Amino acid sequence: MGENTPKRTPVPPGVADDAARIDIIALTKRFLTPKGAPFTAIRDVSLTVEAGQFCAIVGPTGCGKSTTLAQVSGLEKPSSGSVQVGGRIVDGITNGVSYMFQADSLFPWKTVLQNVMIGPVLLGTPKKAAMALAIDWLRRVNLSGFEDRYPHQLSGGMRKRVAMAAALINNPRILLMDEPFGALDVQTKAIMQTELLDLWEELRPSVLFITHDLDEAVALSDRVVIMTSSPGTVKDVFDIDLPRPRGDVQTLRHEKRFIELQTQIWESLRDEVTRAYERTTGVAA
Amino acid sequence: MSAVVQQSSGVTSAGARVGRAVKPQSESELQASARQARTRNRVWVWVGRIAVAVIFIGGWQLLTQTKLLDPFFYGQPTQIWDALVTLFTKGTAFGSIWDQLWVTVQEALFGFLFGSLAGVIIGILLGSNRYLSNVFNPYIKIANSIPRIVLGSIFIVAFGLGIFPKILLAAVLVFFAVFFNAYQGVREVDQNLIANVRVLGASPLQIARHVTIPSAMTWIIASLHTAFGFAIIGALVAEVLGAQKGIGLIISQSQGRFDPNTVFACMVIMAIVTLGAEYLITLLERSVLKWRPPVRSESQAI
Repeated sequence: MGENTPKRTPVPPGVADDAARIDIIALTKRFLTPKGAPFTAIRDVSLTVEAGQFCAIVGPTGCGKSTTLAQVSGLEKPSSGSVQVGGRIVDGITNGVSYMFQADSLFPWKTVLQNVMIGPVLLGTPKKAAMALAIDWLRRVNLSGFEDRYPHQLSGGMRKRVAMAAALINNPRILLMDEPFGALDVQTKAIMQTELLDLWEELRPSVLFITHDLDEAVALSDRVVIMTSSPGTVKDVFDIDLPRPRGDVQTLRHEKRFIELQTQIWESLRDEVTRAYERTTGVAA
Repeated sequence: MSAVVQQSSGVTSAGARVGRAVKPQSESELQASARQARTRNRVWVWVGRIAVAVIFIGGWQLLTQTKLLDPFFYGQPTQIWDALVTLFTKGTAFGSIWDQLWVTVQEALFGFLFGSLAGVIIGILLGSNRYLSNVFNPYIKIANSIPRIVLGSIFIVAFGLGIFPKILLAAVLVFFAVFFNAYQGVREVDQNLIANVRVLGASPLQIARHVTIPSAMTWIIASLHTAFGFAIIGALVAEVLGAQKGIGLIISQSQGRFDPNTVFACMVIMAIVTLGAEYLITLLERSVLKWRPPVRSESQAI
């Protein structure tokens, strides 16, 4: 594992508590394929996300990035190795976690307000308080006035903002994002990234952010983890020393340091992407 | 750059040409003409519908009047009307027609209620529990493949000529229609949604309430349309097999008297009842599924 560690930007003290630290230790996950053959999705993945850190995972298609997230959330159990959150081994659903998927996982039969309310409601918050909270969150993601709409009446970017409010309303310690902006057009994506960074600066959850988009990874995170093609394992870890707050993601892209880091990480990622591509097309290397 | 300019000038000249051919219209004029087109459309649809009815009923009347079809076997629209009038003015051999109708509707309604309730509950249960579903799968298939109408005979032997065996048969017919849809509906639930609420700490009951049931509702409601038809069939068939009251009894009596007109009259009555129920179910559908985008499939339009 070629640790590539320039100077690390320390997380501002006092903002995030230590309970949000994620330690993934020698994590391996095997599945049985429908034919009964074992398939190793990830092997010996070890990585640490400091409390309040924004960590991106980049890797070729099918390298087990989503599987890693599922182990952290507790939705699945590891075959071997372990995940610790705040020093405690994950067993069952982890407390204080929110998930954001690529497909917008909004309830089509609930209004925007009801969609955002679901988090506190599931925790047993009285309806009135949950509603007040949801209205406040809709204001924060600039969706005031859309409370009574149904998801199908909104644009893709608006739906993402609803999903973001729904994911953050419980003030999660840990935010798991599985290519959340993958389906958006380039302009909307840039806007959403900036909004996400603003909200993250405010709440400071630890974030595990899966993406295919290297620019996105570098622009948003403190740490970029490169995974190898399947079975997935950690290939490289890069610390991103761009100063925070980073402001507008669009302007950030043209900064010299950004381009340096991006080039450096791409070098590492390129081999894996090529290998994964050759595997799927059946071309011998 | 020059290409862009050329292109845009091409567009303007085309626009001008169109503008000359058709008078420039204001917003309100456009709206008015669109509305006119829509009204014209609707009028033509209704003309078509009425034409179909006139051709069908008129043809029937004509064929039976000219004895090309024997009215003794095939009935005749005018005589069916007479039979309807007789049913409602003079009543039947077993009391007023309203009595009979009420009995049949009651049976169908209770059958519909119990059948769909059982179908929804068991469908959701088996749909969300893989073990139970695997265990019961062959039995459900067997139960579905037996000709269930025949169960009516057994129910009447076992429970007599009262209203209960009719409700039972109607409920059995309704059950399968609703069950399969509820089951499928639960199976089609977006797994992302379930993962999402599980991470947020939802209990199995909360998952059912917030995700599984609302999601399966689309399927369940769709099945209710056909299910009510099945309830009516169940009630009628059970009455034909043996009853003391009900529309089915009138049908079987008329059959004994070689009176096809009264049989057709009863069919008309039940068709009206079913249409009414269908309307109510559509209202229910609209209020429960108001979250759905207004894209409707062709079959729903019919």
